[in-house]
Amino acid sequence: MAETTAVSPKESSEVVASEPTRGGVYYSPRVDIYETDDEVGLLCDMPGVRPQDLDVRFENGELTLLGKVQPRRMSGESIDEEYGVGDFYRLFTIGTDVDNDKISAVCRDGVLSIHLPKSEKLKPKRITVKTD
Amino acid sequence: MSMLTRWQPFREMRREMRRFRREMGDFFGRRGLELPEWSGAVISYPPVNFSGDGDFVYAEAELPGLRLQDIEVTVADNQLTLKGKREPSLPAKAEWHRRERTFGSFERALTLPESVDPAKVEARLENGVLTIKMAKHEMAKSKRITVKAE
Repeated sequence: MAETTAVSPKESSEVVASEPTRGGVYYSPRVDIYETDDEVGLLCDMPGVRPQDLDVRFENGELTLLGKVQPRRMSGESIDEEYGVGDFYRLFTIGTDVDNDKISAVCRDGVLSIHLPKSEKLKPKRITVKTD
Repeated sequence: MSMLTRWQPFREMRREMRRFRREMGDFFGRRGLELPEWSGAVISYPPVNFSGDGDFVYAEAELPGLRLQDIEVTVADNQLTLKGKREPSLPAKAEWHRRERTFGSFERALTLPESVDPAKVEARLENGVLTIKMAKHEMAKSKRITVKAE
């Protein structure tokens, strides 16, 4: 079994960060994280976010997701609200060596899919054992 | 000057009940009792926001990862039903570190705040946000009453 690498989430409240200039509530998107031999992948539910509204950064092993939501064209007066609408923000610490140049992200139907390919040196290499 | 609005004595109570139901759903959802195979069946999914003006009732729901053909929107006189299924995407040979998103079938019937005309319903699903616009029944539209001075 390949050695599992730790991908620990760092909640935004634990990070001593500068205040965002935009006021308002930030919602934490639901995220699935998986790992294969070749990459670490994230799938994030961010309804209302278009590809051009996303700010995804990877720096010093930290992955920052910021998705700005289109102001909802909800006409009329609110009758009943079961959920709030706001921008999405989440920060993850990726504890594995990632090939920065090959990171890719796709956003479709409000789901952001991020691929973080592992550095070559981390990929499990099968060593062929020869017999004499 | 404010328009005359319909007297809706139970509106406050209904709103409180909905809020209670949502909070219970939130509680069970976030405490990890929401197992993937339960999702949709136990908790009220999706959460829906209602708004309205003089002629229309609007409903909005967040359904990330779905397209209009994946869901069924049914409107009867005063009921809106949302039904669908979200399939998980499983990358080959993957090991999961974290699973927070929900999958599975869902069906939710909601009582509309006003009676609508089922023939005049428009629905859009864009970027995972479903917007439904329903025209109120003629009788349900608020009518301005002219007050004549004697």
